[in-house]
Amino acid sequence: MPVHRVDTAVRAGLSFRVLHPLPHTPAPAVMSDSQRRSVMDTAAVERALARMAREVVERTGGTERLVLVGIHRRGVDLARWLADEIGRTEGVQVPTGSLDITLYRDDLMVVGPRPVVGRTELPDGGIDGQQVVIVDDVLYTGRTVRAALDELADFGRPRRILLCVLADRGGRELPIQADIVGAQVPVPEGGRVEVLVPGTDGSLGVEVVGGNG
Amino acid sequence: MAQAPEQTAPALGKDLLGLEELSRGQILSILDTAERFKEISVRPVKKVPALRNRTIVNAFFENSTRTRVSFEFAEKRMGADTVSISTSGSSVQKGETLVDTARNLEAMGIDMVVIRHSSSGSARFLAERIPSNVINAGDGKHEHPTQGLLDLLTIRDHRGRIEGLKVCIVGDVLHSRVARSNIHGLKRLGAQVAVCGPATLLPAAVAELGVTVFRRIEEAIEWADVLNVLRLQLERMKSGFIPSLREYNRVFGVTRARVEAGPRDLLILHPGPMNRGVEIDSDVADGPHSVILQQVTNGVAVRMAVLYLLSGGRAEQAEAVKQGGDP
Repeated sequence: MPVHRVDTAVRAGLSFRVLHPLPHTPAPAVMSDSQRRSVMDTAAVERALARMAREVVERTGGTERLVLVGIHRRGVDLARWLADEIGRTEGVQVPTGSLDITLYRDDLMVVGPRPVVGRTELPDGGIDGQQVVIVDDVLYTGRTVRAALDELADFGRPRRILLCVLADRGGRELPIQADIVGAQVPVPEGGRVEVLVPGTDGSLGVEVVGGNG
Repeated sequence: MAQAPEQTAPALGKDLLGLEELSRGQILSILDTAERFKEISVRPVKKVPALRNRTIVNAFFENSTRTRVSFEFAEKRMGADTVSISTSGSSVQKGETLVDTARNLEAMGIDMVVIRHSSSGSARFLAERIPSNVINAGDGKHEHPTQGLLDLLTIRDHRGRIEGLKVCIVGDVLHSRVARSNIHGLKRLGAQVAVCGPATLLPAAVAELGVTVFRRIEEAIEWADVLNVLRLQLERMKSGFIPSLREYNRVFGVTRARVEAGPRDLLILHPGPMNRGVEIDSDVADGPHSVILQQVTNGVAVRMAVLYLLSGGRAEQAEAVKQGGDP
């Protein structure tokens, strides 16, 4: 599927649900950052987030016992954004938290220690019996989400866990799917998706970088 | 998180033998990592799986409670499998050499050795002979790097920085590996360092380490922002270093009166175990200037950071993973 079609569709406020994700092709080591294309601009991301916020509340049946937990780094910004959006529509400030999954990665001892970039901080009320929504920017192999599920389990037993991502690029290596998706973003071989958020990047958007497309 | 390339932490190399060998960047990387790891010790499950496929041996050929327990907690909280051996009850008593002991342990499949030994240089000796990571937990009078690091972390916690601070190490510098690790670490991070103690307990060439020497504790307190009070190592003193413990306390003891007479809000550290009423009085050790128990708490976080940063992967495997796509 050519990328420009997704772009157009997303601008039109549509989102795609692909039940059978694209087969994953290994990324070559070198990619050119000069090939950078916007697939969602600020307005498109804002519309997607507004819809995702509504979907979260719809799926959880309101804001009762709802906790949004973002995965470092950009998932944390997106979780706060969603919480603010829910606050505007529902009039309730939903508690948010953050997870740094570095110490739970399954490749840690192979690739070597990574700098631990962020704190794991969960709301004071904990997550026992709560409806926890994991928020991340991009869903790819599913390994980050696997690590996040393991880490959450060490903090308690939520009643339910949902997964909410802004961009699903396919290429899963584990049987993990998102419940709420901003947009499906197909990526040409060797490319990657970058989500820009104001807190980290100074702007809001989704871009595809590199690849053969 | 998804697929952007991440930067790796500054490499520590295979072993941690002393702070003398570490760069400023390496020391800061350990302190920053430890800062993050503090939070793990207050989680409901005080354990992360980062080192879950690592086996670590704590080989303590010299007595220790605090350091050994601190390493064991750190290892367990990082998810490693651990075994602790000590001199009594091990083959060391039957005359086995250090290298033979270590090689036998390696034959059972270990990844790291934490060693405490009464001979200076024993950690390096071992590190050069076995492929496992070696962490020095105190070798004779040479270094005790993780103690130096936890002292740095504790000072930084309370003063917000190390650079430009005036730190005086008080007491038995001659026998102290803690002093040596402190001097190297503090100077590497830009602190001004002094020592204070009776001439018999200061190394002859101590000034060559680039430190100021105070002969009177009152002058040291007048000058310093931080006092690191060393333990008088009674077991290493066969004879003649000091006239008596009472006299030592009278002349060099860190007492409440002396601390309160100082011009600044002092921070007081002690590596433990304390000889109360000798090098430090109880009302100082338990008083508002003391951060002695926070040193112990920080010790676990610092050791978790060291284990984590040393446990790095193998370069060729890392390359293989990158080829397969970053998670």
